[in-house]
Amino acid sequence: MSDIVLEVKDLVKEFDGETILNGIDLQIEKGEVVVVLGPSGCGKSTLLRCMNGLEEVRSGQILLDGEPVEKGARNIYKIRQRIGMVFQSYDLFPHKTILDNITLAPIKVQKRNKADAEREAKELLERVNLAEKADAYPRQLSGGQKQRVAIVRALCMHPEIMLFDEVTAALDPEMVREVLDVILELANQGLTMVIVTHEMSFARAVADRVIFIDDGKIVEENSPEQFFTSPKTDRAKAFLNTFEFEPARHKEAEFSI
Amino acid sequence: MQDLGISILFKGTNFLRLLGGLGITLKISLISAALSVPLGIAFGMFMTIKNPVTRAISRIYLDFIRIMPQLVLLFIVFFGATRMFGWNLSNEFSAIFVFAMWGTAEMGDLVRSALISIPKHQYESAEALGMTKLQTYFQIIIPQTLRRLIPNTINLVTRMIKTTSLVVLIGIVEVMKVGQQIIDANRFEYPTAALWIYGVIFFLYFFTCWPISIVAKKLEAKWKN
Repeated sequence: MSDIVLEVKDLVKEFDGETILNGIDLQIEKGEVVVVLGPSGCGKSTLLRCMNGLEEVRSGQILLDGEPVEKGARNIYKIRQRIGMVFQSYDLFPHKTILDNITLAPIKVQKRNKADAEREAKELLERVNLAEKADAYPRQLSGGQKQRVAIVRALCMHPEIMLFDEVTAALDPEMVREVLDVILELANQGLTMVIVTHEMSFARAVADRVIFIDDGKIVEENSPEQFFTSPKTDRAKAFLNTFEFEPARHKEAEFSI
Repeated sequence: MQDLGISILFKGTNFLRLLGGLGITLKISLISAALSVPLGIAFGMFMTIKNPVTRAISRIYLDFIRIMPQLVLLFIVFFGATRMFGWNLSNEFSAIFVFAMWGTAEMGDLVRSALISIPKHQYESAEALGMTKLQTYFQIIIPQTLRRLIPNTINLVTRMIKTTSLVVLIGIVEVMKVGQQIIDANRFEYPTAALWIYGVIFFLYFFTCWPISIVAKKLEAKWKN
């Protein structure tokens, strides 16, 4: 039990009278990479946001090392320092340089020494091949570069767990790869992560465990190999089928003329 | 007398008197602006509170001040307050009070629109990094808001400087009034005085507002993001 980092207990979330999450139970172990899949609007992003105390919940609990993660709680700011989160729209701070974006929270929130924070930020930037952008402003970067900076910004806080909320959904296709490669490398280093994504082949490659959510409930929990080759539930099968395409008919028609 | 009317400026202390008048204009408008900016920032933050009561209060205040001509507000405060409550407000105090109320309303609306133009995700990514509400405001939201506010705030301040010419009507002798006094006193000696005096006043206003816009442009260029 001691190596469970994050635990979700019977989580219920409502929004405007609609139930978004309906009794989610989930345990994430240290070093584990959990990928959350599901159709749009199934509540997977909401689940992730709850895990960082960004949403008020109706009932249930989220525990980080046994401590409750709760929006509005007095210690939520302390808890959030230990959870890294990267959003779909990257959201770098436009008025700060890349380096300042990364070191702001370590210096102001964790009260770390400025020189140390900057040294670490530069090392991390080096690792995502963006060392030369340290003094640039976010507007001078491409989407993929911004997203990599956003990942570094979260990493520089030394989080115990990282949450990725559809981090490639807003990117041009050719920039998706560079971001996913960074996440894969983090997985290889043993970082605990929860990833919400629509990139199926990436999900399969990175996941230790796949959680499939539909209608606010966990429908299937499986290993990535099993989930993608022989899912247990029909709902998951139907979901995976939406990524397959039948060859278009006009191709056959051309031959028959 | 056939010499140029401009010599009226150098007669006696005329030019100094005009500058003195400009001093009064600037005193009223800059004190009001200095009050309006912080009060407007507070009012703007108040307007973003999602509560029907505070919404209604701020809406009524804003619309009331906006719809009323400043002149009417000046009369209400200067004459009305004396009649109604027996307050003996000085005309300068009334002017500063009215312009500060007006400035606060206008500035508040600028701040409100700047605040709501900051995407929700800016707040969330700051909070996701463990920043408190206060840190989020001071490190992330306010710096970005200020950058967006500069052009409109400068516009408002120059408008305040120009609108202070209304205070003549509650008996304050500011630059316009001094000009009229000079023109009236020299009507026969310098028939073209009006052109020259008002021309000088034009330049006085111009050289007051122009440096402000230059500073604003510099700041905008520096903070261009």
